[in-house]
Amino acid sequence: MPIAFWLINYNMNLTLKIWRQANTTSKGEMVTYPIENVSPDMSFLEMMDVLNEQLINKGIDPVAFDHDCREGICGMCSMYINGEAHGPDRLVTTCQLHMRKFKDGETITIEPFRANAFPVVKDLAVDRSAFDRIQHAGGFVSVNTSGNTQDANNIPIDKHDADKAFDAATCIGCGACVASCKNASAMLFVSAKVSQYALLPQGKIEATDRVLNMVKQMDDEGFGNCTNTGACEVECPKGISLENIARMNREYLFATAKG
Amino acid sequence: MSGVIKSSLARKYAMALSGLFLVVFLLQHFTINLTSVFSEDVFNEISHFMGNNPLVQFVLQPILIFGVIFHFFMGFVLELKNRSARAQNYAQNKGSANSSWMSRNMIWSGAVILSFLVLHFIDFWFPEMNYKYIESLPSDPNRYFEEMVHKFVNPIRVVAYVVSFGFLMLHLLHGFSSSFQSVGLNNKYTRGLKSFTIAFSIVIPVGFIFIAIFHHLNA
Repeated sequence: MPIAFWLINYNMNLTLKIWRQANTTSKGEMVTYPIENVSPDMSFLEMMDVLNEQLINKGIDPVAFDHDCREGICGMCSMYINGEAHGPDRLVTTCQLHMRKFKDGETITIEPFRANAFPVVKDLAVDRSAFDRIQHAGGFVSVNTSGNTQDANNIPIDKHDADKAFDAATCIGCGACVASCKNASAMLFVSAKVSQYALLPQGKIEATDRVLNMVKQMDDEGFGNCTNTGACEVECPKGISLENIARMNREYLFATAKG
Repeated sequence: MSGVIKSSLARKYAMALSGLFLVVFLLQHFTINLTSVFSEDVFNEISHFMGNNPLVQFVLQPILIFGVIFHFFMGFVLELKNRSARAQNYAQNKGSANSSWMSRNMIWSGAVILSFLVLHFIDFWFPEMNYKYIESLPSDPNRYFEEMVHKFVNPIRVVAYVVSFGFLMLHLLHGFSSSFQSVGLNNKYTRGLKSFTIAFSIVIPVGFIFIAIFHHLNA
């Protein structure tokens, strides 16, 4: 161990207030856990791993939380940290959030993403399959893969449209938009999926059905209504723009007129 | 089709379009009020026209009242529905980190405006209906200015009006630009449109405040 390490120890002692809930139907509560010697270079999930090791050693049930790739692209991590989805940093998921964003001695509140459409499975893990069902309702392009499929690159697409479609497609479906919205609205997510296809010629064929079916599924799942607060755009780890919601509103209007 | 009408997006359009309609009315009301600062005669003349023209009285006025009731009713219905979409609230929620106060409190600014409308109806609309249609008093084209100025003698009423216009400003600052987003207008003109809506949202309520204070000081 280098001598400098012993001379300068930047590690932090923190207090964690974490939502504990045994299962979907049980009543949850906030439980306080002290944690010592947290390196500022840890990711938030690494810190949670350390906490869970300590809890297991003490014979306490570890805190359940969702995670997978830990590099910001899978959309699994989902904590509401100090009153914000994915914590105080911008354009990052919880796994990309580092402990250097917090101060020694700080109390950190950690809750699950809250919405009726996202029931808590256990502790900080929520069921976001409502998003999957919205996708199934129309978030796809029907392509004949019989072997005669044309190479997508043969279809000329305006560069601006391609860029906008790509930006919309970067949505990882984490649900931070729903968690941040005061109405628990899923419109940023749904609009990103609608826009991704609406902007491309491959998606135009099913555009009318897509937007009608996806919005219907969104409403059936019990998400709230959009009131344009813009919280979703600010908290989205992928920076999905509100422009997509306007596009969905437009698409829906035209699709309704078409019948 | 009924499913589409009941959809979350249809409700969004309804809020936006009724709001835009009320913005147009606000501009018209402000323009008429402003004439009272410059000319008693012009104000009397326009007020007499608005109060006696059958098209204004029996077509536009009912449409306006329907628009106001619809916007408020829809606003409250949506608020209740949206609140019920999250049964369990956060222990800690930092709304100020990602959204404006106005956008998160439209229901409260709207409630203040609704209370103001009750006061405004008691002050002007009910006496006017009583004058014309219940007591059927003789038409006097020169009474409007005096009646209006008389109302602004009381400083408590002036304060109530000023506070209400403050909340109207907050409501418009979010609502006006938001209505364009709701109907799907978000393009290269959006920034310019947003600047216009912000200017409108400040100028019109400040103008109403100016008129109220002007008549209080000159009464």
